[in-house]
Amino acid sequence: MFAKGIRESLERTRNQVFGRIITFLGQNDLTQETFDELEAMLIQADLGTNLADDLVAGLEVRAEREGIVRADGLRKALRQELRRRLGDPPPLDLSARPAVILLVGVNGSGKTTTAAKLARYLLDQRRSVMFAAGDTFRAAAVEQLQIWGQRLNVPVIAGQPNADPGAVAHDAVMAAKNRDSHVLIVDTAGRLQTKYNLMEELKKVRGVIAKAQPGAPHETLLVLDATTGQNALSQAKAFKDAVHLTGVVLAKLDGSAKGGMAFAIGSELGVPIRYVGTGERVEDFAAFVPDRFIEGLLE
Amino acid sequence: MFQNLSSKLQTTFDNLARRGKLSEADVDLALREVRLALLEADVHFSVVKSFLDRVRARAVGAEVSRALNPAQQVVKIVNEELVATLGEPGRLNLKGPQPRVVMLVGLQGSGKTTMAAKLAKKLRDQGERVMLVAADLQRPAAVLQLQTLGQAVDVPVFATQATPVEVAGQAVAAGEKQGKTVVIVDTAGRLQIDDALMNELIAIRERTKPVEVLLVADAMTGQEAVRIAEGFHKQVGLTGLILTKIDGDARGGAAISMRTVTGVPIKFLGVGEKTDAVETFDPGRLASRILGMGDILGLIEKAEATLDRENAQQAAEKLVSGQFTLEDFLTQLKEVRKMGPIGQLLGMIPGLSGPKMQIDEQAAEQQFKRTEAIIHSMTLRERRSPEVLNGSRKRRIAAGSGTTVYDVNQLVKQFKDMQKMIKQLGNRKGIPGLPRFR
Repeated sequence: MFAKGIRESLERTRNQVFGRIITFLGQNDLTQETFDELEAMLIQADLGTNLADDLVAGLEVRAEREGIVRADGLRKALRQELRRRLGDPPPLDLSARPAVILLVGVNGSGKTTTAAKLARYLLDQRRSVMFAAGDTFRAAAVEQLQIWGQRLNVPVIAGQPNADPGAVAHDAVMAAKNRDSHVLIVDTAGRLQTKYNLMEELKKVRGVIAKAQPGAPHETLLVLDATTGQNALSQAKAFKDAVHLTGVVLAKLDGSAKGGMAFAIGSELGVPIRYVGTGERVEDFAAFVPDRFIEGLLE
Repeated sequence: MFQNLSSKLQTTFDNLARRGKLSEADVDLALREVRLALLEADVHFSVVKSFLDRVRARAVGAEVSRALNPAQQVVKIVNEELVATLGEPGRLNLKGPQPRVVMLVGLQGSGKTTMAAKLAKKLRDQGERVMLVAADLQRPAAVLQLQTLGQAVDVPVFATQATPVEVAGQAVAAGEKQGKTVVIVDTAGRLQIDDALMNELIAIRERTKPVEVLLVADAMTGQEAVRIAEGFHKQVGLTGLILTKIDGDARGGAAISMRTVTGVPIKFLGVGEKTDAVETFDPGRLASRILGMGDILGLIEKAEATLDRENAQQAAEKLVSGQFTLEDFLTQLKEVRKMGPIGQLLGMIPGLSGPKMQIDEQAAEQQFKRTEAIIHSMTLRERRSPEVLNGSRKRRIAAGSGTTVYDVNQLVKQFKDMQKMIKQLGNRKGIPGLPRFR
């Protein structure tokens, strides 16, 4: 399922950018131009100038040391260099009961949809799931999650509009305990990482959850729109500082050139990508497997 | 995070001799930094390339003006070219038979529904009779979201059970009957490569004959911006762009990419979560932001938005008359703190956004908190006349605020110094050391 979903969605990316890289790294001689063009391609895949620079510099050194003289000799080295930056994402920590998963992110990144997809993914593993409708700010956000709850047959704990999101989270943890649910997924309001008060509010929500159940939240996932450019790093850093991210969900990885900033987030912040959203349907969701991700991108 | 481009260029040029004209070598050296700044701001790679070619053509051989140094001269040219590329802010076209249809399109989560409500409010306030149309039948509760927002901005929302094309068509007919002057159609988010959904947009366009088809795009969009804008423009035919979530720290280079590939003007910016947070765009400001030259105007706006004007006025009067007390000081401190962490504010000042300034952020925050705690532990009388503070009072305050007598003494001393300084300032015009804005 994973292989199909992610391959299909990366097909376009591959054709647009990385496919060109593999074709580009052909049997021609390795020259300075090869490296310049390679860097340009990496930048166009949203890897960022720093990382693209870094990667290409590393490849230049390796080419010299390993005596690579033809462009296609760089393929393996490039694959290895990319792989090194993604780390090894651990499986979700679901040992506690309830295991609390907190979803955070900027406005419109896809938190609520990800909550639904994640729930569906866990239900498929025969785990019981509950939702906490922690986005009490945006108009109809609670109803959006409630509709998903009905469709998936997942109970939703919600408060009044404009209720304190901390109070909702607290009630939800208590309810999940009472019903002995396996997993509680806490949706939160979208917030730009530069909004001081909103980030403080998020810290508070996290604190409330930790108080209601020691050790929780067991996972705090940043939902990141895959079309995001260099700002992704700023987002990941700010949310990491505020609420100790345990991973990233790369949402909307179904367009054309996407996902490049995953490498920067992995290598600069050490926050692993854990899941990917690959389409409009609720089942378009998969665990992130670095080898397949790169394989899909380069082949 | 980003260094000021001017200061980077300054370093680059420091090693060069001063000359009357910019040589090719000078320009190439400078443009390497400009290229990085633009790429870091998410301007598309090929767009950067063509942009730099234009700048190079203008800059090589250009006379370095007497008032500027070479670095400033290059920045000036880059900035002018950037402003020209961004183009004039486009106005909403509200010509033709009523009701005029405005259609919002874009990817999922770009902010279409929120923007629809913001535009509705703006136009309603301008005296238009506006109707909102809920044509997003894809996302759960999207219709309800628009209805809730419509209620908040007091604009009726048309919704019915039908296909999006049918909904839009019926809405325009209803709008005409009800004497509406503008109908804003909110559509479902979609990928530009989703043929079925793009065909739906084309059908809505043909059915409703909009005067405006606006692409709503996230300011944080990366290199993908080019393909998004191109895709929507080629298939649906855009008349303008709206950039949302510009109130974050994204540099917004996507704006240049999208403007370059479509040629249509940028019409609005989404600058916050509230329904009145929409602005017409200013090419000069967006250009400085993309170049990472700080955002003084943004800082001023932030201050204006958060600071209580009346409070500030009172404080200023007290300051000048020498009646400024520790109590007023506390109020002012709280006002400043409302604007956010001090480090973030410093980051908005050009030249102060380097890593050096970041280190002291936490110390500054702590100092703020300590000062607040000390003043909170004082009685009203002590706040108004700090000269009554004797040893036993100071010990009590220190214990109450979790600080030491030394901290209390420091604060009182600083406060007195400040009072003295302000009295001196009151005798002069303006504040010395601060440049005047032109």
